[in-house]
Amino acid sequence: MDLFLPESGLVVWMLLAFGIVFAVLAKFGWPIILNSLQKREEHIAESLKKAEEAIETLSGLEQKGKDIIASAEAEQIKMVGETKTLNQKMIDDAKAEATREADKIIASAREQIVKEKEAAIAELNQEVVKLSVQMAEKILLRELKDRKAQSDYVETLLKDNSLS
Amino acid sequence: MNCLKTFLTLVSATLLMTTPLYAEPSEAISEAETAEASETAEGFNAAEFLFGHVGDAYEYHITEINGKPIAVPLLVIVRSAERGWFAFSSAKLEHGHEYKGFFIPTSGDYKGKVVELNAAGQRVRPFDMSITKNVFGLLLSCAILLTIFLLMARAYKKNPLGVPNKGQSMMEAVIIYLQDDIIRPALGDKSAKFSPYLLTVFFFILLNNLMGLVPIFPFGANLTGNLAVTMVLALFTYFITNIFGTKTYWKDIFWPDVPVFLKTPVLPLMQIIEFISTLTKPIALMIRLFANIFAGHIIIMVLISLIFIFSAAFPAVSTQVGSGTAVLSVAFSVFMYCLEFLVAFIQAYVFTILSAIFIGLAQHEEHEHEEVPVKTE
Repeated sequence: MDLFLPESGLVVWMLLAFGIVFAVLAKFGWPIILNSLQKREEHIAESLKKAEEAIETLSGLEQKGKDIIASAEAEQIKMVGETKTLNQKMIDDAKAEATREADKIIASAREQIVKEKEAAIAELNQEVVKLSVQMAEKILLRELKDRKAQSDYVETLLKDNSLS
Repeated sequence: MNCLKTFLTLVSATLLMTTPLYAEPSEAISEAETAEASETAEGFNAAEFLFGHVGDAYEYHITEINGKPIAVPLLVIVRSAERGWFAFSSAKLEHGHEYKGFFIPTSGDYKGKVVELNAAGQRVRPFDMSITKNVFGLLLSCAILLTIFLLMARAYKKNPLGVPNKGQSMMEAVIIYLQDDIIRPALGDKSAKFSPYLLTVFFFILLNNLMGLVPIFPFGANLTGNLAVTMVLALFTYFITNIFGTKTYWKDIFWPDVPVFLKTPVLPLMQIIEFISTLTKPIALMIRLFANIFAGHIIIMVLISLIFIFSAAFPAVSTQVGSGTAVLSVAFSVFMYCLEFLVAFIQAYVFTILSAIFIGLAQHEEHEHEEVPVKTE
């Protein structure tokens, strides 16, 4: 049966056509396609690796962020504590200062008062002396008008002196 | 160890794939015989119908309307031994017409082929390079292959890391599968050298298998079910295997590791066996592909022709019998078409994997002699 005898014309055409297709694809088709596939495969693998690294870095960053926040909070608490003590100290200092100042003022006021009192006493003394001198003058002036009385008085004075 | 694994794969693949080979043709032939036996029924010649469809032709027969054939004429190119080259449309030879001394006899040795009468008045065949149905299908499939893959290559060149479109992704899936699961395991680091051939052969066979299944005009040529085509494919594998075979490969053929008396010139038994084995591999490739596809086509054609055989056998109730058989035949044909669709892929796969393994076996390099442990039991 001629079905099982290869037709020479078809063999020639087949050799030609398949040979050409093979040659053309082997030169211009497959190398490019296979290379691109390879390249893409590598690219994807690399991208995945990079993404993993990025995720790792990111989770590291997240941890870092958390750490930073935690340390900031600790710092804050510490600072608040410090501020409080500082505040207290400042208040205490201020109080102490105020007390000291007040004491000083009181002391100086007292001194002043004492001084003024002394001055007042001195003035009063002077005034009393002056007044008594004036009174004495006036008395003397009146007394001296009467000789007798004068001598009486002198005599009493003398008496008093001798007695005392 | 690796060698053993390859060998086992080879054996299992061969067993697996030759089973349908032996099953299908016998079935096909018996059914074909049945068809031929009922040829006597009037009006329908089943054998002619069958072989007309799986065979080659000078024109693309589409259908018949009122007994008038509708066909696309193709180009006849012949070289007469006495008169030189001729090229003309096959329409000129229709219905047994003679053109420039050429005609197509309807009977005799050269039935259905372009012949001429030589000076002595004998019928001889000129050297026939006609664009027949098969050659047309071949050229079409080659054009399609080139278009697809050159366009694909251009797309990759333009945008190597871009997102592939749908068609590209589909082809990529197949290419990557072939590359990673067939070519690389068989050829290892030499895969880059041989993958262009194996990929071309896979897509060539697959495309022609599928095109053979489409029964309408530009397709339908039974190319991979034609011995000439599978022979050329097998020859390619044969020459690639042997031309690129390593020294070790040749040494294993002509000076194998067997006792000297088996390879002496007195009785070069091993050499003969080994050399024949290099031939049987491509011959098996050739016959396997041919028989599978051929048988598939025959079965479908037989199922369809059953309709006409039965309606011709019972002329009194031909319409009822015909339509009754048609339901069954079409149901079976649909099933067979599904099967053939699968076979189209399987045979392309098998041809490629076996080619890869044959080429891979011829690639193994000299390595330190592995001591085979001797069993003492």
